[in-house]
Order: sequence, then C-alpha cells, then structure tokens
Amino acid sequence: MSKRIVYREWLIQPERYWGLLAILAAVIAIGGAAALYMEHEGHWVTGMTNSVVWGLPHVFAVFLIVAASGALNVASIGTVFNKPSYKPLGRLSGLLAAGLLVGGLLVLVLDLGRPDRLLVAMTTYNFSSIFAWNIFLYTGFLAITIGYLWTMAERKGNYLQRPVGIFAFLWRLALTTGTGSIFGFLVGRSAYDTAVLAPMFVVMSFAYGLAIYMLVLMTSFEWDGRPIGPKILKRLKDLLGLFVGAVLYFTLIYHLTNLYGAKHADFESFLLLDGGLYTLMFWGGWVLVGGLLPLGIIYHPRLSKDRNWIATACALVIAGGLAAMYVVIIGSQAFPLEMFPGKTVLAFGAPGDIGGAVAPYTPSLPELLLGIGGVAVAMLIVSVGIRVLQFLPESLSDREMDGLAEPA
Amino acid sequence: MGALASSAAGDADAAARTDPVTDRHRWGMFVDTSKCADGCTACVDACDQENGLNLQSEPHGDDEAKWQNQRAVWIRKVKLRDQATGHVTNLPLMCQHCEHPPCVDVCPTGASFKRADGIVMVDRHTCIGCRYCMMACPYKARSFIHEQVDQKLTRAPRGMGCVESCNLCAHRLDTGDISTACADACAAENHHAIVFGDLKDPTSPVRQAMAKQTSRQIREDLELNTGVRYAGI
Repeated sequence: MSKRIVYREWLIQPERYWGLLAILAAVIAIGGAAALYMEHEGHWVTGMTNSVVWGLPHVFAVFLIVAASGALNVASIGTVFNKPSYKPLGRLSGLLAAGLLVGGLLVLVLDLGRPDRLLVAMTTYNFSSIFAWNIFLYTGFLAITIGYLWTMAERKGNYLQRPVGIFAFLWRLALTTGTGSIFGFLVGRSAYDTAVLAPMFVVMSFAYGLAIYMLVLMTSFEWDGRPIGPKILKRLKDLLGLFVGAVLYFTLIYHLTNLYGAKHADFESFLLLDGGLYTLMFWGGWVLVGGLLPLGIIYHPRLSKDRNWIATACALVIAGGLAAMYVVIIGSQAFPLEMFPGKTVLAFGAPGDIGGAVAPYTPSLPELLLGIGGVAVAMLIVSVGIRVLQFLPESLSDREMDGLAEPA
Repeated sequence: MGALASSAAGDADAAARTDPVTDRHRWGMFVDTSKCADGCTACVDACDQENGLNLQSEPHGDDEAKWQNQRAVWIRKVKLRDQATGHVTNLPLMCQHCEHPPCVDVCPTGASFKRADGIVMVDRHTCIGCRYCMMACPYKARSFIHEQVDQKLTRAPRGMGCVESCNLCAHRLDTGDISTACADACAAENHHAIVFGDLKDPTSPVRQAMAKQTSRQIREDLELNTGVRYAGI
C-alpha cells in the first residue's frame, strides 16, 4: 500500500500573496493597455510591416503555447508512464499548462488585426487551414486539462485518471505538432519548408514546459517553506538535461535538412554566419544560453546539486527558448523570399519597399508589454489556483518520495 | 463562395452583377518582360488610382522608411539582373492568382478565397487580420492595413486590420468590362507588356500572346499553376 499524498493550499502570508497578485495585475493591465493602443492606432505603431508580419507578440504567444503543452508532461509521466514519484507533481502540471495556454492565446488574439472578430474565427472555419485546426486543438486542450485535473483531485474520478491522462498526452502531442506545422507547411519560405519543424516543436515544448514548471515549483515551495528533496530535484533536472539535449539534436537535424536541400543554402548561411542579430540570437541564445550552458550546469558534478544553479539552468532554457522562437519566427520572415533564383533584385517596388533584401524589424515597446502581459496572465492563474485549491503537495522531501516508490 | 463578388462590385452608376460567377472563365495575365520599360510605373500608378491606394496617408509620427513597407501595395515594379549574364529584366509583380493558392489553404476563416473564375481575393467581412496568408504567399503579394483609413473608394473598400491584394480589378469584370487598370495603362503607354484575358478561351488575347512565346511561372517549383505568366524570366 502506497502512502497517501497530502495536498494543501498555498499558505504564504497574505501580504506576500496579495502583493504578488497586485504586481501581476499591474503587469497585465499595462499589457492590456498596450494591446488597446495597438488596436486603436493600428499596427503601424509596432515594428511589423508587410515583410515581417508576425512580430514579438507571436514570439511570446508561440513560446507560451508550446510551453503549455510541455508543462503537462510532468503529469503525463506520473499517470501515463506510471512513475509514482511524479504523481504528486501532476496537479500543478495541469494548472500550469492551462495557465500558460490561456496567456499565450490571449497574446495571439490581441495581436490580430481584428480581435473584435474573434467570434468569426470561432464560427467560420476553413478546415484546410492548420490555424483552424489549432483553434480546436487549443480549446480542446483546455477542456481536457480541466477534466484531467478533476480526475486527479476528485476521488470519485480517480479511476478515470489513466485513460484521461493518456488522452491528454496524445492531445498535447497533436497540439504541439499543430503549432509546429503552422510554420512547417509554409512552402514559400525557405526557413519553414520542412516537416522536421513539427517534431522539433514537440521536443522544444518538453524542454521549455519543464523549465517553467521547475521554476514555478521551486519558487512556490520556497515561499511556503515546503521541502523539495534532492532526489526529486535530481530526477527533474536530469529530465531537463535530456530534453535540452534533444532540442540541440533536432536543431542540428533541422539545419542539416536545410543544408541538404541545396535551394536553402542561402538561408542557412544567413542564419548561421551573416545574419547579424539573427545569427547572434541563434548561436548565443538558442544554442549557447538555451542549450550548452544549462547542459553544463545540469551535468556539472557540483553545480548540479545546488538548487540555485538548477533554477539558473531553468531560466537559461527559458531565455534560450525565447531566442529560438525569435529566430524561427522573425528571422525567417526577415530573410527575403527567393522568387528569382540566379537573379539579383535591383529594385522591388517603390524605394523603401522590401524585396530581395533582408527586411528590417525592430520590436516596439507595446509589443513587448503585450507579450509580458501574457506571461503575467499565466502566472496569475497559477498563483490564484494554488492559493485557493489544493494543487501543491505538502512535501516532496526524500522521505515522502520514498513512500511513493511502489506503483500505486 | 465565388458568387459573392458583388461586395466589391462597383460604382453606383454601373449595374452590379446579380448572377453568380462561374468557372467558364479563368482570368489571368501574360507579361512580356522584354516590353516592360525600365523606369516606367504606369501600371503601378493606374492600380493606385483604380483601387484607391493613392488615398493612403502616412500616419503622423511613423518612420518614413517603415511606412514604405507598411502601406498597401497591389502591384510593384521589380528590376532584376541575371547573375551570370548581367542581363537586366523589368516586370510587374502582383498577386499571381494561383489555381492552388497557399493563402487560401492557410486562412482559418475562409476569408481568403478563390472565385470560380480564378480570382483570388479577401472577403473583408470575415478577415480577422491574422496575417497567416501573408506568411504563406510566396510572392509578397498581400498587404496588411496598418493604419486607420480615412478615405476609400466604394469599389475598393479598405479597413484597418484586414489584409488585401490585387483582385484583377474584379469590380470591372463584374460589370462586364473585361480589362484591368494595369493592362490598360501599359497599353496606353504603347508598351503592351501586360495582356489580360480569359485563360480558358483559346481565342482570347492573353492566350494568343501566350501561344507565340514561351512563358513560365514565378516559383514554378511550387506547382501552384499561377494565373499570371511571364516571358523572358
């Protein structure tokens, strides 16, 4: 008979809790005001143009959505793959997944040219569009995650936990594949014309979702004085190392695929060698900050045992992930569409109109504020959730975890 | 879907069509780049006039260079130099009205659609401004309306937050006028580089012109079967 896990509401002091909520609410309000400003004035106040049509809000939105599906993995490992030590982590995993998804979707919707027509998007579908499919994948993900949480929290629903968990796991794979495919099937653009983007997004979601999960878990436990034992922390950081390694592997495959297709060689040299900011973001952000540095910490004999360093590794994975999204989403639009192979574009429309040359893009402040607002929405949902409901286990100490060693 | 061309149908004095568009025609263009004159912008100017693009004004406080890449453009003059031979080519580039348009495939609401007569256009009532079509278009043919619109023409409605592109002067076709502003302007300059017509009619001027010369599609590798073909590229 395995030990019962005791969950309890987040019991930090009210001043601290309300202070946190006030800060998050302020960040959200600023993000909302930024969105309102952009909608009122039009997108000319952003850095976006007819060349770079998706800007910084998409970087945040896609990152949050991808991370959302990854955050649910922790729950899946517990229920689908039957790892008892992950079971106490499941509820927070579901809540975080829902929060991140809502935050990401809000950013995405508020960056539409006509967000007031959301109802049109919800009622008029074109099923050849991956975007239309994603609307179902996203709303379905939310519904399933809430159901999944119910099976975890309600004893009467416990017997459904495994089937619902498996379904949620398959659904989240579909969701990230769908998100990756938004880009993967854009045949006209050199950077996107490859199916490897979809699995690469899945692996990225594993890494980013887990990194955020670990940070949230460590912070909420720390504030509340709840113990996390070295054993569970080691498991989580080893898993993060595996995922980060897999991201690097898929990054390599992505570039090899592009290099193998001769027509994409120009794009590769842009990204890897002479793309300026994008090259820097790729090597410095995606590979170094988001990959090699965290790996170095995670497998370092001494640093890997220090929880501050583990938290640093998580933060680096998140920063690198944002850089990766920036490169994937914006770098690929900045790179010119190759319409005339073997020819140099001397003029493209009126002076200032961009074609055949790298398109400039400088993110504007409102775009950044909108993106950060989305992050704050996710954090607000998690903070309120763990405060009012029993999402967090009382203890993840080694002794507690040892009691769970036998499968339930 | 194609039946709803009337949203763009025209001036108050011209009778709007009431019968649905059929697939008896497929409208398209042939461009002879050898006739497209360096420095001439007659087609672009005519399109700007015809579709009210000249009524756009730079928002106060916007960066001039950025605005040039934010304002809506339906047709642009492109000048190319062959890297091997140095040969210089001029051509007008607009929506290529693909038979298999990537923009239509990706549009989540179906606002980006292809009429039965081959014209690819945007239904401004269902466009949510997601700009996925702009990501998908290999020709940079589409423009997003970045600013508030003060003035517009009845035949070319325009609103902030939606996407638009060349519609082969659908308002003319729908009132029985088989022509486009760009082709007319090119002919008026005596260049005759752009020939417009019905790709399904072997006797149409466009088919006659295409029969005489080899033409190809831009990004032929994508097999989109474009409605605009070019000779000399």
